[in-house]
Amino acid sequence: MIKFLFKGILRDRSRSLFPFLVVTAGVFLTVALHCYIKGAEINVIRTNANLRHGHVKIMTRAYAKEVAQLPNDLALTGAGALIDDLTRTYPDIDWVARILFGGLFDVPDEKGETRAQAPVAGLAVDLRTPGGPELGLLDLAKILVRGRLPQAPGELLISEELSQKLGLPIGGRATLIGTTMNGSMSMANFTVAGTIRFGMRGMDRTGLIADLADVRKAMDMDDAAAEILGFFKDGLYSQERADAVAASFNARYAGKTDEFLPVMQTLRDQLGMDMMFDRLNDVSSIIIFIFLLAMSLVMWNAGLVGTLRRYGEFGVRLAIGEDKGRVYRSLITESLLVGILGSTAGTALGLAFSYYMQVHGIDVSSLMKGVNFLMQTVMRSKITPAAFFIGFIPGVAASLIGTAIAGRAVYKRQTARLFKELES
Amino acid sequence: MKRLILALSLAAGAAFLTAQVQAPAPSADSILDRVDRNAVPGNKIVVAEMTIHGRRDSRTIKSKSWIQGQEKAFTEYLDPPREKGTKMLKTGDQLWTYSPDTDRTISISGHMLRQSVMGSDLSYEDMMEDRRLRTAYEAKIAGEEAIDGRGCWIVEMTSRTGEAAYQSRKSWVDKERFLVLKEERYAKSGKLLKNVSVLSAIRVGERWVAERVLFHDALKQGEGTEFKIVSIEFDAAIPEALFSKASLRK
Repeated sequence: MIKFLFKGILRDRSRSLFPFLVVTAGVFLTVALHCYIKGAEINVIRTNANLRHGHVKIMTRAYAKEVAQLPNDLALTGAGALIDDLTRTYPDIDWVARILFGGLFDVPDEKGETRAQAPVAGLAVDLRTPGGPELGLLDLAKILVRGRLPQAPGELLISEELSQKLGLPIGGRATLIGTTMNGSMSMANFTVAGTIRFGMRGMDRTGLIADLADVRKAMDMDDAAAEILGFFKDGLYSQERADAVAASFNARYAGKTDEFLPVMQTLRDQLGMDMMFDRLNDVSSIIIFIFLLAMSLVMWNAGLVGTLRRYGEFGVRLAIGEDKGRVYRSLITESLLVGILGSTAGTALGLAFSYYMQVHGIDVSSLMKGVNFLMQTVMRSKITPAAFFIGFIPGVAASLIGTAIAGRAVYKRQTARLFKELES
Repeated sequence: MKRLILALSLAAGAAFLTAQVQAPAPSADSILDRVDRNAVPGNKIVVAEMTIHGRRDSRTIKSKSWIQGQEKAFTEYLDPPREKGTKMLKTGDQLWTYSPDTDRTISISGHMLRQSVMGSDLSYEDMMEDRRLRTAYEAKIAGEEAIDGRGCWIVEMTSRTGEAAYQSRKSWVDKERFLVLKEERYAKSGKLLKNVSVLSAIRVGERWVAERVLFHDALKQGEGTEFKIVSIEFDAAIPEALFSKASLRK
């Protein structure tokens, strides 16, 4: 019977093509949207990882406990040797040292007296090593608003808003007042090489990026780092991989009590990130669920309409003596076949499209001219295991339910009135 | 007769002892007056070492201060090399610091005053504090206790204006030397902010001076900061020009 129905579906396109196309389109959109949302999730995660957290992060145990306060007195020492060791042990990860610090940016007048002053939140990264990964991770060339990237010692980037607020032009000099690793007050002069826009309110009010070597010198943190961040070389965060790396690293120091020993945390383990992951997951699940519901209604309706269109055909089949149950069962089986075929085709198309989006993505930078803040300009998708079956729910079930409901009309037909109906 | 004399002697002795025990204690304000007179002289030049016992290690910073009453102070850091040449000037309620590396003089105000001085357990606010306790605080005697074998008044103080760096203090004042041997300093919320203990005292002329003092910021981990006076000279001649911003860059 299935073979017979299958031939019917293929040969009588008038009754199968429309439902097939509707199911295919619906499933394609469902799979593509699911993968796109997962890709957008990854973009958010990537931005957070690149700017602040890394895929994995190493701090001292003491620093990790008070990380929200940026306690640089508890920073890692001997960072260079540790990075060398990490590079040998985990060659598929790029390691970078960073220092986060707070302070005051003090702009002098002609006499050297304070003309303007503002609190700043600074990020020290390696800006001057040729071919270093930081320029790419922070996408500094893209977020540059005016001026250029730092090239010489003592140069830094400040947020455009801060530059305007302090009246500090490109090439202007100011003193960064902060705290050394020992807690003493530190003062260091810097020249503004360029201004940047982070695209985040807090960072745009007070943010600055300086070279790691300059900040180490200013803060008496020779060969020290507040944090060492690790990034998987393929750029993709994987919780399983991160967990494995963190477990193997932390096992080295298991059973030791020194609070200045290093500890590795995955992106998700870091302050507030578990909540961000959960929120992202909740939001994307809600979006996908709503879309899935809408698509199911469309496909349910297609099953309904497709069956009702064949009202006359059922009459003829009943008139020539076919059993009502058999007609109903054939309808259901046909719908199931159309659902499976449409869902398979839709899933295949959706996966193909998502694969292209995952590998190549769509560069929307031309649409974002003048938007120079830290935001991914290549929109990418991410194929997840769920993408392989998520389309089958609306594709098969919805159209099947639609057909099942509409098909009940078969049982309401009365043989005595069939010929009268067919004549009219 | 002998018995009578003995009985009278005993009675007299008992009366004397009772009178001594029941002698009225000095008022809290008079105790603070004596403390202020002991601690706030005219001019002094102090060379001091500050050993900061951090969570990681300890380091010592040497400085020389020229102090005029409670209004003016000029400090130059002498050691270690990284801090050498850093200078601080206090005039009234203003505080300035000069860094030779940047050749900049910066006013320390607002929240910066709460920052630690050179990573120690002392804040700039501590340095700016009006040292005359009598005028800044309302005081009452809360009891007596011995500290390292020395009898002390326990004086509880509450800020008169609410503008002091510490809303309240509990001080153990040496009954004879009128030197604060131990102190707890509290915030408005009642939270303990700082512990101060005098480890040793020396007599310089008429005054008793805390030679070694251990400050411990209760909000910080670590073993505290030991402040040690290497030398002190009272009533020294200090040129007025020293207490000017221009002298910071010299």
